[in-house]
Amino acid sequence: MNSFTLADCSTVEAALSQLKDGAIVKAGGVDLLDRMKNGTDTPTRLVNIRNISTLRGIHSTPQGLTIGALTTLAEVADDPTIRTQYTLLADACGHAATPHIRNMATLGGNLLQQLQCWYYRSAEFQCLRKGKELCFAFSGLNQYHAIMDYGGCPSVAPSSGAVALLALDASVELTSAAKGKRIVTIRDFYLQPDANPHRFHVMAADELLTAIHIPKPAPGTRSAYQKYGEKESHDWAIADAGILLEMDSNLCRRAVVAMGAASPVVRRSHEAEAALTGKPITHETARAAGQASMTGAMPLSMNAYKVQLFPVAIYRTILLAAGQMDRDPSAAG
Amino acid sequence: MATHTTNPYSDAILSAAADATETTTKTVSMPIGIPGYTLHEEKRTVPTSEPPVLPVNKDLDYIGKSPERWDGNAKVTGRARYTADVQLPGMLYARFVNASIPHGKILSIDTSAAESHPGVKGVHVIELLLGAAVLHDPSLERSKYPIVRYAGQPIAAVAATTPQAAEEAAAKVRVKYEALPFVVDADLAREPNAPLVFPGAADQAGTAGGGGSASGIPQTGNVHGPSVRKHGDAEQGFKDADVIVDARYTTQVQTHSALETHGVVADWKPELLTVYASTQGTASVREELAGFFRLPKSQVRVITEFMGGGFGAKFGAGNPGVVAAELSRKTGAPVHLMLNREEEHLSVGNRPSSDQRLRIGAKKDGTITAIQLISYGTAGCGTGAGCAGPATNLYKWASLHTEENDVFINAGPAAAFRAPGHPQGAFALEQSIDELAARLNLDLLDLRDRIDENPVRRVQRQIIRESALWKSRNPRPNADPGPIKRGVGLSQSVWYRHLSMNCGAEVRVHKDGSVEVLSAVQDIGSGIKTVLAQILAEQFGVPPGKVSVKIGDTNYPVGPNSGGSVTTASLTPAVRDAAWQAAQKFLASVAPALGAAPADLTLTGGMVRSVSGKFQPVPFRTAAAKMNTDEVSAQAKRIPDYDPSKYDTYGGVDIAEVSVDTEAGRIHVKRVLAVHDCGRPMNPAQIISQINGGVIQGISYTLFEHRLLDPNYGIMVNSNLDKYKIAGSYEVPQIEVQLTESYIGQSSTDASGIGEAAGIISAAAAIGNAVYNATGVRIRQLPMTPAVVLAALNQPQPSMESL
Repeated sequence: MNSFTLADCSTVEAALSQLKDGAIVKAGGVDLLDRMKNGTDTPTRLVNIRNISTLRGIHSTPQGLTIGALTTLAEVADDPTIRTQYTLLADACGHAATPHIRNMATLGGNLLQQLQCWYYRSAEFQCLRKGKELCFAFSGLNQYHAIMDYGGCPSVAPSSGAVALLALDASVELTSAAKGKRIVTIRDFYLQPDANPHRFHVMAADELLTAIHIPKPAPGTRSAYQKYGEKESHDWAIADAGILLEMDSNLCRRAVVAMGAASPVVRRSHEAEAALTGKPITHETARAAGQASMTGAMPLSMNAYKVQLFPVAIYRTILLAAGQMDRDPSAAG
Repeated sequence: MATHTTNPYSDAILSAAADATETTTKTVSMPIGIPGYTLHEEKRTVPTSEPPVLPVNKDLDYIGKSPERWDGNAKVTGRARYTADVQLPGMLYARFVNASIPHGKILSIDTSAAESHPGVKGVHVIELLLGAAVLHDPSLERSKYPIVRYAGQPIAAVAATTPQAAEEAAAKVRVKYEALPFVVDADLAREPNAPLVFPGAADQAGTAGGGGSASGIPQTGNVHGPSVRKHGDAEQGFKDADVIVDARYTTQVQTHSALETHGVVADWKPELLTVYASTQGTASVREELAGFFRLPKSQVRVITEFMGGGFGAKFGAGNPGVVAAELSRKTGAPVHLMLNREEEHLSVGNRPSSDQRLRIGAKKDGTITAIQLISYGTAGCGTGAGCAGPATNLYKWASLHTEENDVFINAGPAAAFRAPGHPQGAFALEQSIDELAARLNLDLLDLRDRIDENPVRRVQRQIIRESALWKSRNPRPNADPGPIKRGVGLSQSVWYRHLSMNCGAEVRVHKDGSVEVLSAVQDIGSGIKTVLAQILAEQFGVPPGKVSVKIGDTNYPVGPNSGGSVTTASLTPAVRDAAWQAAQKFLASVAPALGAAPADLTLTGGMVRSVSGKFQPVPFRTAAAKMNTDEVSAQAKRIPDYDPSKYDTYGGVDIAEVSVDTEAGRIHVKRVLAVHDCGRPMNPAQIISQINGGVIQGISYTLFEHRLLDPNYGIMVNSNLDKYKIAGSYEVPQIEVQLTESYIGQSSTDASGIGEAAGIISAAAAIGNAVYNATGVRIRQLPMTPAVVLAALNQPQPSMESL
């Protein structure tokens, strides 16, 4: 780790004024510390926003919910409103990493954590996403990598919070000193690797992610998220599913099927959603949706098993959301 | 028909026996066997100086009980000082410079920018590398610096006033390489035109923990082997067989991943080199440093107050110890050098992989006519990948043929790792024995009763047979209808009664009634401090917590290096002997004041008693005040086992319950019943703790751990504890341990260690057999990740077991 200066800020304004000269923002510091230790990031200035109290908290609004960016994953997971009305977000935040990390990590930081590809994370490999030409994963070790929509970089979306927020049609609030606030949907927030390999999202260097807005779910909405790793304790997803079902009695009026570990950017499977829309939720329709979710899958040399695993994750999470199955013991605890 | 044992310690035992001077002897009657099953008495002839025979545990006050861990309070309150915690005045911090390529010749090393970096006090460039195999003929390579044979190999080190300065300066050392072709895949390395890791024959020395290679083994290309053992005529044995099971098994490389990384604080002074080391052998560190620097051993002191795990990789000074000492000599200041986690994965050892072809021939009644094991495994640029121990030593056979091969690749050298070779070997053997039982339509335990002569495991199988978990097993594979299937599987394990004869202790009794034991032995976490306190407690009637235990310092009498489960077996008799002899001196010292002859006095149950009834029993502490000197002491060293004609093994029988999610490919280990023996259990709670750890480490090996080397660049991609996956709390099953108290009449404590036989040997095989029971599909590859499980389930095997 290189030497750096630390600017400790207690207001948004103070923090914004520090966002210059390649400064990197530190919230919970969980992912950032790893990146600094392995040399992926070598900032000379850190701006600590951890103590900006106005950015922490969960507020109900007539439109839905506003969550301060510094609200911890544990706080999100434990919030009674989120648990009952935005269940898949509580699931995603409550099963990320470990209890210790969930007490430190913030929802904003979870959305902004960087790729977990071991080539990207190694100082030994100067890859496409670090401004060079080459991706090492296609011809290298890719058992945990993407199976669809990967373009030139098959590293998978690391944030489980983003999967849930995509399914919930959430937006992030970005604040800068120059332009004030702007709202960007989660769908538009992340950039596909081929759009610009060196950028992961649309946030500018002088912007701060200050809040997450979630619209109120329609009546009859049920949702669930499950993550599958090789381990239950502290592991990254090899498959995951964020499911949101808007039910009209026993018919599914609208379905959202979201995935993170399949592709570089969190995605929805419209094929899987179509397999549920207008139908009752049964084992058969759930399994059909799971199978449909793999439309267009192109596994790499070592990850064909994920094409088999995702449909399982999806059908079981659909049934969990519909109240027809318990939480899967094979999913992360 | 006799089984044969690979025993690196047998030479030491024999020579020690030969050295033993003629002593007068006495014949004693000792408990032998297993209480509740086979307990009886047998005669042994022992030196007259030996203490009285220790009765079985139920008749003792402190030995065989589980008092609070002697240093538990210091550990949980953070007072325990580990090597990384050592702070000395003027101390410098060092960091290694490591190779960034997997194979190459170093053309030049420019340290000038590092030397002028603020805070830097010294730079050392390595000219003699430790740990890897070395060429028999060094002239095959002409190079000023050691040839780089793996990415992460240490090249140089920098010492500076702060850790940050050392790290920044290390990054400024410029190394120019001539890159050489490399190979990191053990299969590719066996091909005729593979890049050569060594240009000629090479061997790795073993350590006190085992490993290394036997001498005189052939080498062709990267294949160092075979090391061949033949007993009887295996070819004929297979002809005689009614059934032959024949299968290939593969296992991965596992890194030791101890909580505490390797490291030392070295303090070079003209009169004394003092080294604080995270080590399994204070003696081994002193030995290597004295040899390397040509110092008298009396001028090297090694201290290990507390130790955060080693698992076999922490013997000797190694590169960190030698380099820190060099830097301390150069700078005139103490040097702190602890490896980081990446270095820990790369350069200080691992468990070799294996690729085994195992054939077992048997008669219809189960009698084994032949076992043949041909194995290849990679220990990186070291050797020691043999895994024939279980196939050789678990069962009786009419013929045996094993060929073990090491395959060199451009990766860090292996080191001894908890039961070297045995988890790999048992993974193959115990699945094939299950397969054999199914082919012969024999019960799994009945077959083992027929072919396993070990009397302790016979009792252990009976315990398993009567357990609720085993009774709950459905013998029919793949019996559950749903996607999540339950199974129960079994595996046996074997380990050996290894001893270290370089082993002694001193016991002191003070006039204030305090007692202390001193030995250079280190406590690697298994709890020898507590055990030594219990031995003194039993002798003097002082609670273990009141005994002073001073260990982990070569200023004290030499202690055993803790590898191969030797510590308890080797040291405890010496300590008991010293305690007994100190007690006799104590009685002689108080006899005048008590008005009795020394021969009339005994010290039992914390009371000094007159055999002739001359006076009422006097408490030990009261009697001590009457000593005619301030202190009495006695030193004793390990004497040879009482009956050297007997060679015992230890082991156990483990069963595991798994659930297999056949859709998600996930194996969850729900329960483990582990039935194990290690002679007299000195401290059951600590033994159970070690078995818990062995079971968890075994599950971790079976399902998760995997060193991954990029095939195109030769660099480990998961050199952290995030993507190198180790079992966490959710992966820990409900573990029930049953200790089999077993007496063999070999020493004054009759105890042994449990480190190796503690579950890690059998975990993979027991889980593999449980998965078969659950699904009807055998998984013969580790680790059993969802990718591996789904691939196996997708291709239902031609199930020989249903034939």
